Amino acid sequence: MANTLLRVENIGKRFGGVIALKGVSFAIGEAEIVALIGENGAGKSTLMKTLGGVHQPDTGQIYVDEKPVKITNARDAMANGIAFIHQELNVLDNLDVGANIYLGREPKTLGIINSSEIYRQAQVYLDRLGLKVNARTQLAELSIAEQQMVEIAKALSQNARVIIMDEPTSSLTLKETERLLSVCKELRGEGVSIIYISHRLSEIIEIADRVVALRDGANAGDLTREQITHDAMVNLMVGRELARFKLPHHTAILDRFVTVKNLRTQRYPDQTVSFDIGRGEILGFAGLVGAGRSEVAQALFGVEPGLEGAMEIGGSESFLAHTAAQAIAHGVFLVPEDRRKTGLLLDWSIRDNISLPALRRDANKGFVNRTREKQIADEQKISLQIKAPNVEARAGNLSGGNQQKVVLAKWLSLNPRMMIFDEPTRGIDVGAKAEIYRLMRELADRGVAVMMISSDMEEVLGVSDRIAVMCEGSLTGFLTRAEATEQRVMNLAVARAHEAVA
Amino acid sequence: MKKELGIFVLLVVLCALGWALSPEHSFLSQANVYNLLYQVGMFGIFSLGMGLVIITGGIDLSVGSVMALQGVVLGMMLNDKGWPWPIAVALSILLCIALGAFNGFLITRVKMQPFIVTLCGLLFYRGVARFVSNDETKGFGEATGFLGVANFFKGKFLGVPTAFWLLIIVAALMWVLLHRSIFGRYLYAAGRNEDAARYSGIGTRGIISSAYIVLGFLTAISGILFAFYTNSVSPSGHANSYELYGVAAAVLGGCSLRGGEGSVLGIIFGAFLLQILQNLVNLLGIPSSLNFAVMGAVILLGVLADQLIKNRTPRVKAAA
Ligand SMILES: Nc1ncnc2c1ncn2[C@@H]1O[C@H](COP(=O)(O)OP(=O)(O)OP(=O)(O)O)[C@@H](O)[C@H]1O
Ligand SMILES: [Mg+2]
Repeated sequence: MANTLLRVENIGKRFGGVIALKGVSFAIGEAEIVALIGENGAGKSTLMKTLGGVHQPDTGQIYVDEKPVKITNARDAMANGIAFIHQELNVLDNLDVGANIYLGREPKTLGIINSSEIYRQAQVYLDRLGLKVNARTQLAELSIAEQQMVEIAKALSQNARVIIMDEPTSSLTLKETERLLSVCKELRGEGVSIIYISHRLSEIIEIADRVVALRDGANAGDLTREQITHDAMVNLMVGRELARFKLPHHTAILDRFVTVKNLRTQRYPDQTVSFDIGRGEILGFAGLVGAGRSEVAQALFGVEPGLEGAMEIGGSESFLAHTAAQAIAHGVFLVPEDRRKTGLLLDWSIRDNISLPALRRDANKGFVNRTREKQIADEQKISLQIKAPNVEARAGNLSGGNQQKVVLAKWLSLNPRMMIFDEPTRGIDVGAKAEIYRLMRELADRGVAVMMISSDMEEVLGVSDRIAVMCEGSLTGFLTRAEATEQRVMNLAVARAHEAVA
Repeated sequence: MKKELGIFVLLVVLCALGWALSPEHSFLSQANVYNLLYQVGMFGIFSLGMGLVIITGGIDLSVGSVMALQGVVLGMMLNDKGWPWPIAVALSILLCIALGAFNGFLITRVKMQPFIVTLCGLLFYRGVARFVSNDETKGFGEATGFLGVANFFKGKFLGVPTAFWLLIIVAALMWVLLHRSIFGRYLYAAGRNEDAARYSGIGTRGIISSAYIVLGFLTAISGILFAFYTNSVSPSGHANSYELYGVAAAVLGGCSLRGGEGSVLGIIFGAFLLQILQNLVNLLGIPSSLNFAVMGAVILLGVLADQLIKNRTPRVKAAA
């Protein structure tokens, strides 16, 4: 650390009864990549939000260039050379990509927004990230991952000295992640510093110069470049040795318990998708961002009904769900990828969120069964280790990973025959991840067909019994566990997009 | 609960003011209280339905016009056609329910915006009411056995007007529906985040439509009470802008136009507050031309106070 660029001392922050930070200190030098790690709810995002002007610390002081500063809003942060990519997307989907990137800083000629200049400059940053998106595209047309990349482009365009990235890769696939990591290294070469938060430890091993760990809102220790290993990081975060998860695998069971035939989705009306999942099998879905995996899931669950196609479960009549209620009646459940838009009612309590899908089942002559409701929520809170004072806490106030656990909990108390997980461990820490994998395996062992969409290569390879790879709306191949390698998956994922390989 | 407390305090203060300032304390005279309860009953019933619709994130601006249409049609069935009153009353209720269902259909299936759909309804039904009646005021009274019904609706029981009893019954049912049944929970979910509700397996379109249907039914009940209360229905003036009383009561009572918020108790308090205000304007000799200005100001202040209390809460907690 040659010159300290940014330093915080003894930062404390509490929300009501929850103490999120208890006196954390942290520093970053010029041209340095520091990884910030910690379990869900450890206080990583909260610490960064005090730097980004979102929260005011109750105690402590922030120094930029060793001078004390006060950061009360995003503008202050920008003035101090800090750019912030938030954990949760922060984009306006009624505007186009360029307008989002330059929001609030639009280049003007004679007081009028100079659109062509916006699009020209925005495109430079998009290209740099390898994102094949035109700056004039409406943001709403992009997938979550693409929107995430737009956020990163926005941070780049601010020419910041420090860029805070709060789980930037949680919705990115391998290809984009690689691209982002190399951009990070380039930026470091140009003298920019990066604070990098991630639960994907392999990324940290690849780029971090230093690791700072938080545990329960306090410093838990640092690691220098040479000390960074998977186990060392886990040790710091959890405070004890944690056995690396080792999942029992099954050889693919080809009993065609679930069959999907000729499904055409609204996004890719020219492609059809057919596959089957055995009873007790975990079928992983790999592919690049926008490959159409989520669309298949949403069609099967009936929330964005398919145009055509049919599915069967356990020799039932074939059906195509047109509402989620129909899918649920057939025992098909979906854990959606966007927890804030479709997974949760953020203003509601944990309990009310968890009980929502089970209300009808547990109802007593149409009345809400409030005892049962609380009981289920309490059970799930314990079994998934949801970090909150109690189940009455507002879901929107939970840390990102804990919100994800609540989304999972909604379905676990029901009786699925087919469970679709769309990015189930997005933003979830190592300990809880292992717990979720165990849970999936348990479901499978109970005879449930599990479909798991994941952009985390380690997860796809490690958890699936068989892997289906999609590219631009169609299935390009299946790999059994024995056949599957990172390279093979990637080859299939770009099978149709030849231009993308370059 | 805190929300209702705020408006309840406001109510008590207004009542105390009314008692202290009205000549000879006439605010609490038996006649005045009776009249007040009557008004609150009539306005409260459909306000509860409006609250339900607002909780889904919608609004219904057509209520007043629907009441006018219903009143005119009721008058024509009873007087001009001489149909027996049970059939006429039942048909008029069905009419309102059908119009509510139509609103629900346009909003959830055709995906039109509630404001626009019901704004068109406001204009359209008023026009239809005036057209079918030739713009003539319709009275009641000649139908056989009709006097009995009219007297029932206009009457009282244990000294309390029937309209208020009906409000109590409707409110009790609505309370159970909203705050204890799964339907209520679904309604709040659909109003707060329709996508998340849909992804939880809730048939949001059906739920939202049914809110408009319930409002249609309650509009019909209020409409009958108003029609008998005024004893005649002038197609152009009857129930003019009553939808706004409903919206005001709901909003004062803590419903948010963004949806997903509101309670039965709050809406009732809101309805009380509006009627007491009107009553005081009369009693205290405030020029009646100021009536609307007073109401507008009080609603604004009420919602503002609520907002301030809400924004303050987290800071108070953090300091604790
Ligand atoms: N606005 C808020 N109101 C109440 N509690 C909050 C608020 N924001 C954060 N918290 C609490 O502060 C704690 C730290 O949360 P934070 O988001 O910083 O965790 P995190 O380390 O980023 O976790 P994750 O890896 O899951 O993103 C959590 O217990 C969370 O519930
Ligand atoms: Mg976080």
